[in-house]
Amino acid sequence: MTANNGTLVRVQGVDKIFRRGSEEIHVLKGLNLEVPKGEFLALMGPSGSGKSTLLNLIGGLDRPTRGVVEIGGERIDQMSDRELAAWRSRHVGLVFQFYNLLPVLNAHRNVELPLLLTHLTKAERSKHVDTALKVVGLSHRARHYPRTLSGGEQQRVGIARAIVTDPTLLLCDEPTGDLDRKSGDEVLSLLQALSREHGKTIIMVTHDPHASARATRTLHLDKGQLTDEPVK
Amino acid sequence: MKFFTLVWAGLKRKKLRTSLTLLSVFVAFLLFGLLCAIKEAFTAGVSLAGADRLIVRHKVSLIMNLPESYRARIEKIPGVAAVLSFTWFNGVYQNEPRNFFGSFPVSDPAKFFQIYPEYLLPEDQLEAWLKTRTGAIVGRTLAERFGWKIGDRIPLTSPIWPRKNGGAWEFDVVGIYDGAKKGTDTSGFYFRYDYFDEGRARGEGLVGWYGVKIEDPDHAAEVAAAIDAEFANSPYETKSEPEGAFIQGFAQQIGDIGTILIAILSAVFFTILLVAGNTMAQSVRERTEELGVLKAMGFSNGLVLTIVLLESCLLTALGGLTGLGAAWLIAARGSPVPNMLPVFYLPLQYVGIGVGLVLALGLVAGIVPALQAMRLQIAVALRRNA
Repeated sequence: MTANNGTLVRVQGVDKIFRRGSEEIHVLKGLNLEVPKGEFLALMGPSGSGKSTLLNLIGGLDRPTRGVVEIGGERIDQMSDRELAAWRSRHVGLVFQFYNLLPVLNAHRNVELPLLLTHLTKAERSKHVDTALKVVGLSHRARHYPRTLSGGEQQRVGIARAIVTDPTLLLCDEPTGDLDRKSGDEVLSLLQALSREHGKTIIMVTHDPHASARATRTLHLDKGQLTDEPVK
Repeated sequence: MKFFTLVWAGLKRKKLRTSLTLLSVFVAFLLFGLLCAIKEAFTAGVSLAGADRLIVRHKVSLIMNLPESYRARIEKIPGVAAVLSFTWFNGVYQNEPRNFFGSFPVSDPAKFFQIYPEYLLPEDQLEAWLKTRTGAIVGRTLAERFGWKIGDRIPLTSPIWPRKNGGAWEFDVVGIYDGAKKGTDTSGFYFRYDYFDEGRARGEGLVGWYGVKIEDPDHAAEVAAAIDAEFANSPYETKSEPEGAFIQGFAQQIGDIGTILIAILSAVFFTILLVAGNTMAQSVRERTEELGVLKAMGFSNGLVLTIVLLESCLLTALGGLTGLGAAWLIAARGSPVPNMLPVFYLPLQYVGIGVGLVLALGLVAGIVPALQAMRLQIAVALRRNA
């Protein structure tokens, strides 16, 4: 799932305007971005600069006000809600800052959730879940509930859930933002390994220069525009 | 089925709240089941009443008697197939007021089972009844209630009909009858009119009412009019009506059971709708981020709607079906007041209505939260956690 030139993500002339009452907030302004397949891209920028908004547009969680969002040659900005939901289930894995695991399901069941949307049998789903938990090193914690796991472990479960369907694109929104340095390093190492060894394309939003240093490229978002230089 | 874990997990989230809601729904459907059984107890006779039977009673009131001599005159009226007289005996067993049940002297035992084919009595027991002046036939429910068997001698007293000698009436149980259909009242005690008439201290030659079998149910109105015309302007004018209408009128002396039932249940279900709806609304509100995450994973709007609705239906189904089951079990144990409500069971048709109400309650309670969950915007839902 790549465009002919090896570009997986192409964002072109994207504007995103939020309306709050009569006020219009122009978050992204004519933004352009290309991400090749297999890249581990870090997006940095101050709070409110539009990092998460851009991530949401690339992940098909929101729609641009104007412009093109093309993933693997498909115009996702033109898809219906139903098509977009089906597309996300096939191509996107999401990792959140606060893990967003379902507290009433154990690690195994949490990781299994995206597979419920597939036609796999229970045994096949279980096999995939075991593999994903093995990749993140949590096979021994499969039956544990989120409240019994540390923050780092919960985030690794979150990563396992994101990769269990073998998605094309992994989108991480501040994946280490709620973790201590040691746990954060473990998570970053895991993301690095997924990029290097499994060829996953990863786009990570972060505030942390230490985290962005693990990425293959870092872009900075300021006033709705991307730059290569850190915002001063 | 693969989403069941997710649906079930939604209910397990707040165990106390779910348990209390389940209990509310359980009580509502237990009440529904028992009220339906009570309604059936009052109206069972109407549904089981023979379309080919009339009741002939005193025009003024059921408590006023008619001459027994009317029987022969009614028999001669065209369209009448058979006639039987009954009298309310009000028998009490062992002088204990609680041991009260429906007991009736019957004028012509030979015709009893011809007119009332819903009662089944073995041939030899009928023969014994015809031969024994003190003989009585007892319904299976009544026999089981007091542990009576054929050959037992049963002393009864009647506050309405004392004996000439002042002692208790004595009857020999010569038969135990069963019902041909579920719901047939088998709590009656029938004995011979000749024994009764000779023994009573007063009121000789008078009976309570007549049961009349007619040849053609389509001509019931004409036959009833002919009977009433026969006794018009006499000291004992009659009122003839179909058996179903008579039983319904009798039940309505207490009140319109159906309307009372609907009023109570409407109030109960409205309250339960608010309780279950509030539970679901709270549950969805607390899970906004989680629903956002599910949608972000690719769960479609329709699927999220379905999951919330299933959760709501599962909640009402668990409480409602258990409540209906408990009502069915209670009703199956028999009437708690057999002397007042001898027929007491929960008919399948009400169980079916109950199941429909369970489903409807689940859908109505869940639809607003489900629509809210369906319309949830992913980006907005996820921002709540940030």
